[in-house]
Amino acid sequence: MDLKNHIPSGPIEQKWDKHRVELKLVNPANKRKFSVIVVGTGLAGSSAAASLAELGYNVQAFTYHDSARRAHSIAAQGGINAAKNYQNDGDSVWRLFYDTVKGGDFRAREANVHRLAQVSVNIIDQCVAQGVPFAREYGGYLSNRSFGGAQVSRTFYARGQTGQQLLLGAYQALMRQVGLGKVKLHNKQEMLDLLVVDGRARGIVTRNMVTGKVETHMADAVILATGGYGNVFYLSTNAKACNVTATYRAHKRGALFANPCYTQIHPTCIPQSGDYQSKLTLMSESLRNDGRIWVPKNQGDKRSPDQIPESDRDYYLERKYPSFGNLSPRDIASRAAKEACDDGRGVGPGGLGVYLDFSDAIKRLGEKVIADRYGNLFEMYERITGETPYQVPMRIYPAVHYTMGGLWVDYNLMSNVPGLFVLGEANFSDHGANRLGASALMQGLADGYFVIPYTIGGYFAQGGFSPVLQDSPIVQATVREAEEKIQKLLSINGKRSPTSFHRELGKIMWDKCGMARNEKGLTEALTRIPELREEFWQNVVIPGSGDQLNQSLELGLRVADFLEFAELMCYDALHRNESCGGHFREEYQTEDGEAKRNDQDFAYVGAWEYTGVGSKPTLRKENLEFENVQLATRSYK
Amino acid sequence: MNLRLHIWRQSGPQDAGMLKTYDVANVSEHMSFLEMLDVLNEDLIAKGEVPVAFDHDCREGICGTCGMVINGRPHGPLARTTACQLHMRTFKDGDEIYIEPWRARAFPVIRDLVVDRGSFDRIIQKGGFVSVNTGNAQDGNTLPIPKTDADRAMDAAACIGCGACVAACPNASAMLFTAAKIGHLGSVPQGQAERSTRAMNMVLQMDAEGFGACTNHYECEAACPKGISADFIAQMNKDYVASVFAGRD
Repeated sequence: MDLKNHIPSGPIEQKWDKHRVELKLVNPANKRKFSVIVVGTGLAGSSAAASLAELGYNVQAFTYHDSARRAHSIAAQGGINAAKNYQNDGDSVWRLFYDTVKGGDFRAREANVHRLAQVSVNIIDQCVAQGVPFAREYGGYLSNRSFGGAQVSRTFYARGQTGQQLLLGAYQALMRQVGLGKVKLHNKQEMLDLLVVDGRARGIVTRNMVTGKVETHMADAVILATGGYGNVFYLSTNAKACNVTATYRAHKRGALFANPCYTQIHPTCIPQSGDYQSKLTLMSESLRNDGRIWVPKNQGDKRSPDQIPESDRDYYLERKYPSFGNLSPRDIASRAAKEACDDGRGVGPGGLGVYLDFSDAIKRLGEKVIADRYGNLFEMYERITGETPYQVPMRIYPAVHYTMGGLWVDYNLMSNVPGLFVLGEANFSDHGANRLGASALMQGLADGYFVIPYTIGGYFAQGGFSPVLQDSPIVQATVREAEEKIQKLLSINGKRSPTSFHRELGKIMWDKCGMARNEKGLTEALTRIPELREEFWQNVVIPGSGDQLNQSLELGLRVADFLEFAELMCYDALHRNESCGGHFREEYQTEDGEAKRNDQDFAYVGAWEYTGVGSKPTLRKENLEFENVQLATRSYK
Repeated sequence: MNLRLHIWRQSGPQDAGMLKTYDVANVSEHMSFLEMLDVLNEDLIAKGEVPVAFDHDCREGICGTCGMVINGRPHGPLARTTACQLHMRTFKDGDEIYIEPWRARAFPVIRDLVVDRGSFDRIIQKGGFVSVNTGNAQDGNTLPIPKTDADRAMDAAACIGCGACVAACPNASAMLFTAAKIGHLGSVPQGQAERSTRAMNMVLQMDAEGFGACTNHYECEAACPKGISADFIAQMNKDYVASVFAGRD
């Protein structure tokens, strides 16, 4: 298989403009003749569905929630980056591009990243026009804050609820199109499979979660905007329902899965408190603007934090990375926290935590200013832990947060299956091996508002769409497969709940394929995952029936896919004999414990082709060319 | 701690439903309320019973998916706290807890504690937006917005669409929800062009869905996990009346 990324020729600053001129157009009167399915209504899905409907396409949007407004984009707290340079501090499209390529540890595609930086400025304008209440200065102009991995202030925000406000903007645009009859919205429908007819993506199979009916929906193109796979670890900051099913099903139908081992561990989450823990809660990275991270200098120092004098504290990020300090990128800050805890200097129950301390900032700025900036985050922390960060330093620990890997897409955001487009976190393209803070919202909206409306037209204009009938054999066969899987799950009637399998899988993945990985552990995981999967299909129990709302069944279907997908992740992590960004292989580190990349052998995208359950996937490579940013060892010292 | 739970069980929209009693043991004070229900559900599955269906997703108090009436109060006893953020340290050993779904004609029960809140989406579809297509926008800093206006807009926009306001209201009114969106968009210049039609159309849809009217109990404000002020209802009424006199449809 030849992976054609369709990156336009010419200087990087001109590629997107040139491409837009070269893309074929669909005449306005003809747009209504084309239909598009959008799966997922987060930032990428809602913005794409609304924008395509505005252009005149017939859109069907799908969400497994009861409302399109509930997608997990809503939980993003800190902000969204844009190269506006409103602060006059030296920002530019080029700098955002450069920071993102460097932050991604030189494993992203330059052309995609540059386009992302270019359209970032339009996103802010669009959101402001929608009435998104971004934070403002007293003069009425937009306010910015700083985020990790950058030395300029380019992050726009709406209190600690930026994701919510951006999603509501996109959701409202989508609701407007639903009201106008241009989008047919299907709530409470979960995608179970992709329909590939004559080599093209032409529809999806879904389960109506209220009636249990398995349905087919046909279109001329399918867009997956279904988010990431962080819940393969069971405990993550993702919402409980986030899952890999849509992208993994597409993978099983031929779409390549790229860089699944690139997972981001966020440094500032509330530590786990017990075995019953159902998820982990993120504390926004923006807290690192004013909070200082430290652990006791000495192992086993059990004094309460206010009893530990300055001389006995180790502000390890400030010590190790003086120029970025507490604002070092996420992968680096997470690993440094793990190191401190592994060294026996962690704080809190089990020693799995470090302090994030606001006492200096409160002294400097006063409690009111800190409350203005982080009040809602402090409240959230207090509700969960029963401690107030105004008086006691927060305790934080890294947790799985985002997945950079995803379905392989070309410059048009189309997968190797023609007609299957993949947006937002679900694709692999822009963040390389590590995503910078406040860039996920940017990418979701860039893909949905400003990329797909152009590139999908180029696909449609090629023509050749024959009608596909719902009763054609291939469609019927796919539906039957989905129905049989549901029946199988319901009939096993074993002893263990889907959650117990999910938890066990998550433990394997966190221990063997988490913040640090090695060959021995990954090899072990590759033995244990198939065993667990086998037990699942013998011993899972799903109470209730399939013809009504059945949350155990929903979970069972998702866990079944995680149990296959986990293997793919481990294969990828095992083959990548280097450390880069969120992928840290213990065998490949420098003397002072930093990630050691191997550009000679691994400067490529690892895209995997499905070959059957339990069978090793086939690796396809897309070489990464760095023509504009010089490959260098990432340094934040 | 050990607790006795009385939970509303209803197998489907047509079922009459009833409260069933469950005992849960060894609940940790650090658990969230939903984690306590997770433990109950795992026990039920182990016993071959059907677990309690309840809506939830982000478990961070922002998605608005979870919602249940706990001891007669939507989202439970803590002010400005969603059910998922309520922790068991709020309760004590031996407590009896009554757990019921939102009760409102416009929120029909789907199963157990899960209700259909599609009526909220349909209200938004009637005008809870600024009609601006992608690509129309001018530079974001072209139009300065006084910080106080932006802050007021944000106060209203913080609504998570959970429906607690409806569940708390003796009239099952959705005025706080509707007013929050009208108040958000009415506080910024971008929302002015459609201000009058927005109020009219959203209020008409709210009535058509079967939500009641406001009779100033302020239960909605007290129950709102985001602390949205009932002042926004006054602003909505003002916009609505203006719309009637403007004679626009």
